[in-house]
Amino acid sequence: MTDTARIPESLHEQGEYNFAYLDEQTKRMIRRAILKGIAIPGYQVPFASREMPMPYGWGTGGVQVTAAILGRSDCLKMIDQGSDDTTNAVSLRGFFEKTAGVRTTCETAEASIIQTRHRIPEKDLREDQILVFQVPIPEPLRFLEPRETETRKMHALEDYGLMHVKLYEDIAKNGHIATTYAYPVKVNDRYVMDPSPTPKFDNPKIDRMAALQLYGAGREKRIYAIPPYTKVKSLDFEDYPFEIQKFDKPCGLCGAENVYLDEVILDDKGGRMFVCSDSDYCEERRADGHLGPMAADPAAARVGNTRTGETIR
Amino acid sequence: MNLFHAEDPLLQVHNVTRYYGDRIGCSEVSFDLWPGEVLAIVGESGSGKTTLLNCLSTRLAPTAGAIEYRMRDGAMRNLYQLTEAERRLLMRTDWGFVHQNAADGLRMSVSAGANVGERLMAVGARHYGNIRSTADDWLGRVEIDSERIDDDPRSFSGGMRQRLQIARNLVTQPRLVFMDEPTGGLDVSVQARLLDLLRRLVADLGLSVVIVTHDLAVARLLSHRIMVMRHGNVIETGLTDQVLDDPREPYTQLLVSSILQV
Repeated sequence: MTDTARIPESLHEQGEYNFAYLDEQTKRMIRRAILKGIAIPGYQVPFASREMPMPYGWGTGGVQVTAAILGRSDCLKMIDQGSDDTTNAVSLRGFFEKTAGVRTTCETAEASIIQTRHRIPEKDLREDQILVFQVPIPEPLRFLEPRETETRKMHALEDYGLMHVKLYEDIAKNGHIATTYAYPVKVNDRYVMDPSPTPKFDNPKIDRMAALQLYGAGREKRIYAIPPYTKVKSLDFEDYPFEIQKFDKPCGLCGAENVYLDEVILDDKGGRMFVCSDSDYCEERRADGHLGPMAADPAAARVGNTRTGETIR
Repeated sequence: MNLFHAEDPLLQVHNVTRYYGDRIGCSEVSFDLWPGEVLAIVGESGSGKTTLLNCLSTRLAPTAGAIEYRMRDGAMRNLYQLTEAERRLLMRTDWGFVHQNAADGLRMSVSAGANVGERLMAVGARHYGNIRSTADDWLGRVEIDSERIDDDPRSFSGGMRQRLQIARNLVTQPRLVFMDEPTGGLDVSVQARLLDLLRRLVADLGLSVVIVTHDLAVARLLSHRIMVMRHGNVIETGLTDQVLDDPREPYTQLLVSSILQV
């Protein structure tokens, strides 16, 4: 992943992108921020976020992080809400195919870098993989304390009582902790961090994950990281412990249990089913012969057959 | 009441001076405050009362002078040499600050229970049931109905907000509470009830209080000792009854005689 610093002659010709779009100086700046982030797990490192050729909210932070760590031998996977074939994932995959010419894949096991929005793959990640998150609002205290000067001070002094005030309010108003995504965590017993808008279902996967996790927020100009095998604890109360979402039915297509499911509307007569949000995981299971209760339904089968080729733009 | 038995002062103020550019906020103020003592700072508006209070409570650094406070371990520490973390811990455990406008001291968008529980959670309480029952207990002590525990302070009346603010400050059993015109803006009957409540809590908990007020009746009811300020200087100080019944300075005489009699 470090062989991009040598700039080939051909790049000086007109009309060529530098490898992975960003210039080498910018990539070095971002790498420095990433290294600092890894050294201080959960700490938000400010960086000089660049204007990217896509709107904010599309993952400009994640794209910059990916561009900075991408090498020619890498294999890239892009997911959006767990799926490889949604607009965001397809467009960003196309972006890197065009500007870096790297190999892309839909298979979790094959990828060396996975950029994601809202989900962590169901399959366990390995030490030689990197997970890059697109983050809209990196500051977990933002909606409780609007002043940036104050939130920075709170992080510095480990003054996190306010975070529990929010959870208290949840229980007082709803009878349980009603926060279901962007669920605050404490990293390595020090920094409270927002794990980006992933459902809290994925929080246990962040804890002591084998892969390196990098979080990039383009508009807010922050990068933070969780090194492999770092302790990450979801905040809770002793008498209201952290719980993940539970689904009472298995995936309609592949029959998987204990995975995160999306609701899919099948027709306008109330027909619907719940399917794996991780499309690659679901397809792999079906290829292995697992069938869910809805797999034979023609409407459901249409949903399941949207596999994209690796080069669809 | 341990007022007359305490040997060591809780707070020592030495020559505190605060300038706003060339203008004087308060000048050369010195006094000691003992545990369990209630000190009223009175004077007309612009006399430097609030400047002094802000200096004492580390909200505004004085231009000159020193303020020492006896920490729970018995050591005297200069407040402006504490680290930011120590100062914050002090402010949310050992101290309280009651603002004139309750909205400044409360978190208006979270429930009454969370407002009272915030300090507990800040010092590490992590058991919802215990936090809630403590909050409930404190709401009872400031005469707020238990069933309002999940309501926002926005739906509370002015008097209730002020009482909620007091509960929020007292929940960690502070030893020193600063009050900035706690009864300002309340109507007379609500004021009377609040003063009654304050007087009882202060006596029960043995609190030391520095209270800033322009209302001499409030000073008379709550305080043991009084300091009269004018143009940033302390012009007279003494036992409350003594100063109010037999003022020495012409300005204090004027202040006392200007109370409306009904």
